[in-house]
Amino acid sequence: MTDLVQASPGTARLPRFTGWLLLAPLAVWLIAFVVAPALILVVYSFSERDELGRVVFTFTLENYRRAADPVYLAVFGRSVAYAAITTAICAVLAYPVAWTLARTRAPWRGRLLLLVMIPFWTSFLIRTYAWITILKSEGLLNGLLLYTHTIAAPLELLYTPGAVVLGLVYAYLPFMILPIYGSAEKLDPALIEAAHDLGCGPWQSFARVVLPLTRPGLAAGVMMVFVPAIGMFAISDLMGGARVPLIGNVIQDQFVGQARDKPFGAALAVIFMALFALLYWLWQRRTEGRVA
Amino acid sequence: MKRLSSHQVFCTFLRGWTALVLAFLWGPIAVLAVYSFNTSRLNILWEGFTLRWYAEVWGHAPLMAAARNSLVIAGITTIASVVLGTAGAWLLHRYRFRGARAVRTLVGVPVLMPEIVMGASLLVLFAALAMPLGFATVVIAHVTFCFPFVLLAVQARLAGLDPGLEEAALDLGATPLRAFWLVIVPCLRPAIVAGALLAFTLSMDEVIVTYFTASPEATTLPLRIFGLAKVGLNPMLNALSVLFIAATIAVVVISERLQKTPRPPAA
Repeated sequence: MTDLVQASPGTARLPRFTGWLLLAPLAVWLIAFVVAPALILVVYSFSERDELGRVVFTFTLENYRRAADPVYLAVFGRSVAYAAITTAICAVLAYPVAWTLARTRAPWRGRLLLLVMIPFWTSFLIRTYAWITILKSEGLLNGLLLYTHTIAAPLELLYTPGAVVLGLVYAYLPFMILPIYGSAEKLDPALIEAAHDLGCGPWQSFARVVLPLTRPGLAAGVMMVFVPAIGMFAISDLMGGARVPLIGNVIQDQFVGQARDKPFGAALAVIFMALFALLYWLWQRRTEGRVA
Repeated sequence: MKRLSSHQVFCTFLRGWTALVLAFLWGPIAVLAVYSFNTSRLNILWEGFTLRWYAEVWGHAPLMAAARNSLVIAGITTIASVVLGTAGAWLLHRYRFRGARAVRTLVGVPVLMPEIVMGASLLVLFAALAMPLGFATVVIAHVTFCFPFVLLAVQARLAGLDPGLEEAALDLGATPLRAFWLVIVPCLRPAIVAGALLAFTLSMDEVIVTYFTASPEATTLPLRIFGLAKVGLNPMLNALSVLFIAATIAVVVISERLQKTPRPPAA
């Protein structure tokens, strides 16, 4: 069972009429606002746009053909590459932190955990703005460097690929730390002792015991960082300007921006959704295999 | 002796790494907070303490209008999410039926689905229904991604609940509704409150899905912040961010406290 919502224990029974009536709002909401929108998106992706920009329902593969254009493939590739780099950096940064948290004792563990939880729940927009104040050409870092005469002219720090990746790492790091911590916390300390008794040093037991046993946490962290990072357009907008567009920026542009080509945007979103579904499926199979 | 020292090296490495990562997470926030009190508009040098930027936030009509919108939207979203999430968790816990597995999977979808896909799909739904974007569409979108979090919080608590509680209430002559309201809901209260706080925070903070479903009149505070942040530096945004972070800290601390309260003894 790897669904987020767990199946109920044996006390559950079959609903009668009132039971079905009470379940209806939940089912209706999910069908109306989760299933139906996804289906309409798929329908749109096979539709056309008339001269006025309205959507005409036909069956065409034109939108998907266009999505395979090298220009968009490059954007897709860049988005996946940035998301992959972000995920890798987050994993490397997060592992020792999660492991430390899991080994810290009661009062301090809660306090340290809170220090990770608060950024987790703070709007990424505000946290991204914090970096803008630091990196902008008239921002803090340049100001400091100019003031100390380390540099003669402000450096171009913002609106670079590096800034975009930094923004993504900063936004998603807590989403990597918490699931790994969740896994590490459940780890039986006796296993570490056993590794120690069998002659493993701390580094070796970390690499050979902790890392493999916390893989489910890592897998969850990858799901929570990699997928959203691919589609994130606000951070690439703020930290990359128009210079480093990611797939999210292109999709956004088709729906609410200047391009206004909903069918094409829908095709891109469907491709993205398919990628997500594939990853989710692989992830489920993996975790299910581990539990079994 | 050698093993001990390598153990010490390892521990020091872990602590140092953790300290650096936490400094990385909190450094920019600290900078933001400090400079929100700086008199200088170009925030490089510390010139003096002021609350001017906070006053400016207060006096900025579009920002305050967006804040009001956000509060109203988050308020309605929270109430709807609590009702839908609590009732949903209870019903999924209590009943076994065909399709329950599908419902469970669907509840997880808004939590995991990339926000941009969710935003785009809701936008095409509203377009297909010829529903004008505005408050209603933003609330629908927000409830859709908020209520699963309430449901998850409540169901985590239900899992530890004594199944005998409801039976006892029913045996003593309570109707299922009374048993739910008088026995189950009080037991679930900490999870409901924690879920409500998280739904409220999520709704207050959300940018991506809102970006697709809002209209200029129904713009939210994060959307305004996004617009202002794109233009450039503005000490007013520092002040606003600090207020946002302070509110988030309050919510997280309260919800942590609530989730820590001892559970009723399980069977």
